[in-house]
Amino acid sequence: MATLTMPVEETKKVQQQEALITGAEAIAIACKLANVDVVTAYPIRPYDTVMQYMSQLVADGELDCEFIVAESENSQFEIVKHASVCGARVFCGSSGIGWMYAMEVLTVTPALRVPMVCLVGNRALDDPGAFGVEHNDALAVRDLGWLLNWVDTAQEALDTALISYRVAEDRRIFVPAAISCDGAFLTHSQALVNVPAAEQVRQFLPRYNRGELLLHPDNVISVAPQANEDWVMEIRRQNYAVTERACDVIREVYADFERIFGRKYGNPFFEEYLTEDAEVVLFGMGTLSTPVKVAIRKMRELGKKVGFVRLRWFRPFAGAEIAKCLERFRAIGVIDRDLSLGAPDLSGVVATEVRSAMYTRAKTRPPVLDFICGLGGREVTVPDVEKMTDIVFQAANGKSQPLTQWIGLRG
Amino acid sequence: MRRVTHGLEPERKKNNMSTTFVDEKPTQNLEPFKGVKKVPYEEYFTSGHRTCEGCESAQIMRLMAKAAGPRTIVLGATGCMYVANTSYYSTPWGVPWMHTQLGAGGASALGTAAALRVLMRKGVLKDEPINVIAFVGDGGGADMGLSAISATLTHPDYNLLILMYDNEEYGNTDIQVSGTSPYGANTSFSTPGKVKRIMHHRWKKNVAPLMLVGHPTCKYVGTISTSYPLQAMNNIRKALSIGGPTFIHCLNPCPKGWDFDPYIAFELGELAVNTGIWPLYEVENGKLKLYGKTEQIANGRFKRLPVREYLLKQGRFAHFLDEDIEFFQSKVDEMWEKWLVPGVIPLQKDLED
Repeated sequence: MATLTMPVEETKKVQQQEALITGAEAIAIACKLANVDVVTAYPIRPYDTVMQYMSQLVADGELDCEFIVAESENSQFEIVKHASVCGARVFCGSSGIGWMYAMEVLTVTPALRVPMVCLVGNRALDDPGAFGVEHNDALAVRDLGWLLNWVDTAQEALDTALISYRVAEDRRIFVPAAISCDGAFLTHSQALVNVPAAEQVRQFLPRYNRGELLLHPDNVISVAPQANEDWVMEIRRQNYAVTERACDVIREVYADFERIFGRKYGNPFFEEYLTEDAEVVLFGMGTLSTPVKVAIRKMRELGKKVGFVRLRWFRPFAGAEIAKCLERFRAIGVIDRDLSLGAPDLSGVVATEVRSAMYTRAKTRPPVLDFICGLGGREVTVPDVEKMTDIVFQAANGKSQPLTQWIGLRG
Repeated sequence: MRRVTHGLEPERKKNNMSTTFVDEKPTQNLEPFKGVKKVPYEEYFTSGHRTCEGCESAQIMRLMAKAAGPRTIVLGATGCMYVANTSYYSTPWGVPWMHTQLGAGGASALGTAAALRVLMRKGVLKDEPINVIAFVGDGGGADMGLSAISATLTHPDYNLLILMYDNEEYGNTDIQVSGTSPYGANTSFSTPGKVKRIMHHRWKKNVAPLMLVGHPTCKYVGTISTSYPLQAMNNIRKALSIGGPTFIHCLNPCPKGWDFDPYIAFELGELAVNTGIWPLYEVENGKLKLYGKTEQIANGRFKRLPVREYLLKQGRFAHFLDEDIEFFQSKVDEMWEKWLVPGVIPLQKDLED
């Protein structure tokens, strides 16, 4: 029955393989599987490890793409923006203040409806110069039309990169997507990852097709002409319509992902951990889930019924579903790895969004406390989580608590 | 990630690894137009724009599109030639055109050329030479966009042209000083006042030589003027044909900003050359060639006209006293009498040697 034996190369195409890789490497592998066409790099820690992997993939002939090292983040993002308009699948990324240097391009890319996928290796914004994680870099574009998601593991990074391409390039969406990976905690930490087979990815991710929007001499169009009060409002309404559709498209893509790759993510927008019988929950994004989950298991042994909800997609913010999930609990403690200086109740970005979603939609009105924690790469520790949980329980039991508190602050 | 082999002598024999230093792609190889009557009638920058009467910047845009022909993609950086030329629903472009941000002229051409290259290699697009031109102003070329253009000119394997139209001001935003505004010009950021007559003390950036000296692998850098349209078109065609990234700097009189009768726009372009203020030259594979009146000035066959004739035709210099004109003249004399390469390279020769 020799005919049934597949050559080794063929088996690689259909079988998933396991690999010990970092979050950044997982995304590089996703880009390889997605057969990206143009990649632009510019150095800044910690995102830039992904570009070291990309350059090696190109040098080793494992990926056929134009790999361009730009002279600034502004050019880095402009190059891929224009390449995308010419029909290329593109990859780019940055961190912290580098991402902010590209702010002009980050503004026009979703406004122009140009799909691209980026890695944001979350990093504190200067000053003071700091390498550690903080979420204010990626959050800075939250009002501009980007799809923003936060991942927790290398596996999720790889899968979400593929999912992001599929969502971003969907003609109903057609906006850029940024995958946020906590700097160092995820970009540089290794884990076992199931690497999907090329054939599966081909099935999941068709070639990027701009159709009549392709900038090419065979299709004479003018892109991004000057418009004023006569048309800008109508153009803005089209961008707004994307956000109306985005949640449905994301749900559809996750269902297809599960069908093809067999990995289940449940609700695409957030992950629930031990919430079934929980009285209170903590709520946050990214890798802080690891100490939170450890602490929760510890506290559960002491009989404290606490759970955790980890937000995956910040934009679109699935307000209705999040409100429906959170209204079941007696109190909610949001952990913000960011600042929103001068915001209502001086809370962070995520807490303000959660309160806003719950105010209009939730049947109950449990207290939503905010904890500013883990800034500048400071670890969110198990005792930090226990402390936050205690405060949330006190609020649940009717003891008034400040709406925003700093946790893990020295002095 | 980086793999270091400490103390090991790498094998230096030939192997099957790629050793191509520059992976050149063919260009359209556009022959020069042999005379005005041989220039095609077809226009690719047509009606639908709203530029001023006598706008030489719109003129070079039209000549550029004509010279490049239909298999071309144009990227237009923010500037007056964006805002005045591409109103939503009335585009004048007969070739694909896209807006790019003010500082992104170089990046836009690079991204476009990169996408075409890879998609042709992968068989997604038909393999053919397509002209890629970034059209940038002095703000987008000599000021904010300089960094991206500089980087782009170091990428030898992408065929593209950066064409910088220079009206010596930020023309769209109300005529403000730019890095290429001439000394002393009255702009809305440098209006003469009761105490200070000259608010703009900086000398115009010498942009084309900045590009040619700074980017040794760039095969073509040149200057043009819309007052010599056939020559301008043929230089554009040469820049598009030679391969790799190229740069052209064009001086464009602006009736609104320079304050003159549109009727003399063409004449002012000639005067800029004949006074020696705007030298015409091209550098092809490192070889400098002065052309037109500039070549005659350099070889002593034409005596430079006094700058006074050029300056006093423009309202932006109306506040100049004789001493200002003399200073301006002395700086232009320096260009021709002291510079190592007269009119081009501002290193001064040691005349004693």
